[in-house]
Amino acid sequence: MATEHSHGDCKEVFAMLSAYLDLELPPGTCREIEEHLKGCPPCVEFVESLRKTVEICHQYDPEELPGPLQEDARRDLLAAWQRMLQARTKTSC
Amino acid sequence: MERENEIELARELLAGSPAAFDRFVEHFRSKIFQYSWMMCGQREDAEEVAQETLLKVFESFDQLREPERVRAWVFRIAKNACLMKRRKSVFAPKQELSLDELMPVSHHDGEQVKLEIADWSGLPDHHVLQSELRDVLRRAMAELPDIYRSVILLRDVEELSTEETAQVLDVTADVVKTRLHRARLAVRKTLDGYLRGVPAS
Repeated sequence: MATEHSHGDCKEVFAMLSAYLDLELPPGTCREIEEHLKGCPPCVEFVESLRKTVEICHQYDPEELPGPLQEDARRDLLAAWQRMLQARTKTSC
Repeated sequence: MERENEIELARELLAGSPAAFDRFVEHFRSKIFQYSWMMCGQREDAEEVAQETLLKVFESFDQLREPERVRAWVFRIAKNACLMKRRKSVFAPKQELSLDELMPVSHHDGEQVKLEIADWSGLPDHHVLQSELRDVLRRAMAELPDIYRSVILLRDVEELSTEETAQVLDVTADVVKTRLHRARLAVRKTLDGYLRGVPAS
């Protein structure tokens, strides 16, 4: 990858930016991207906006909650768990 | 709840601790409900998926070989329950997101190349999402085709690893990476429009 700025380089970098932010690229490719970024302010600006997007997703805390757990639904779950525990005990005896 | 606490709860449940039961249900019921609502689109379906998933989880808890993987294991069951629900509804076409369409528009300003993007520098890194921004994010994710939405929810919202997400969705790690990138780019584009004050299309 050439370090001189050109649209083709930007496109190549653009395709790898999530893997770059997630530190999932081989060290050589990572260095090439960093070299490109040193000489390409628009790509730096774009990476920053993508990094913040990921950060915002990490912070996403949906407000929607399920309705209260009904007593019969809880009883069914408890029974399923207890059956599993009993079956496990029998198997291990 | 942190991953370590979930793992501890899973261990306690396997050991038969009654105190862990309600905490586990409360925590994962909300998580499954939120994921399912985003995937199924209906509150009622999401409530049912949460209950069906938890039933399956408790029935087969002894099959969880590694408590460290409890979050991914629960989401794998939830994903399958969502698929069963969706089978009953109109099947959404599989749309592909193209990288070209997600690249920002650029123009030359003298010698310099400028991107038509918002000024993101004003957004602090760590802050509680304001309700408006949260709504925009929710809409951005809801508008994604299913195959991208499921990946960004698992990777960036639930913070599963690439490998865990691949296991939940029955795809390869490379597919997860490709879809995640496109999903993030599409969400970025919507957020960028919001920050620039561009009305949603």
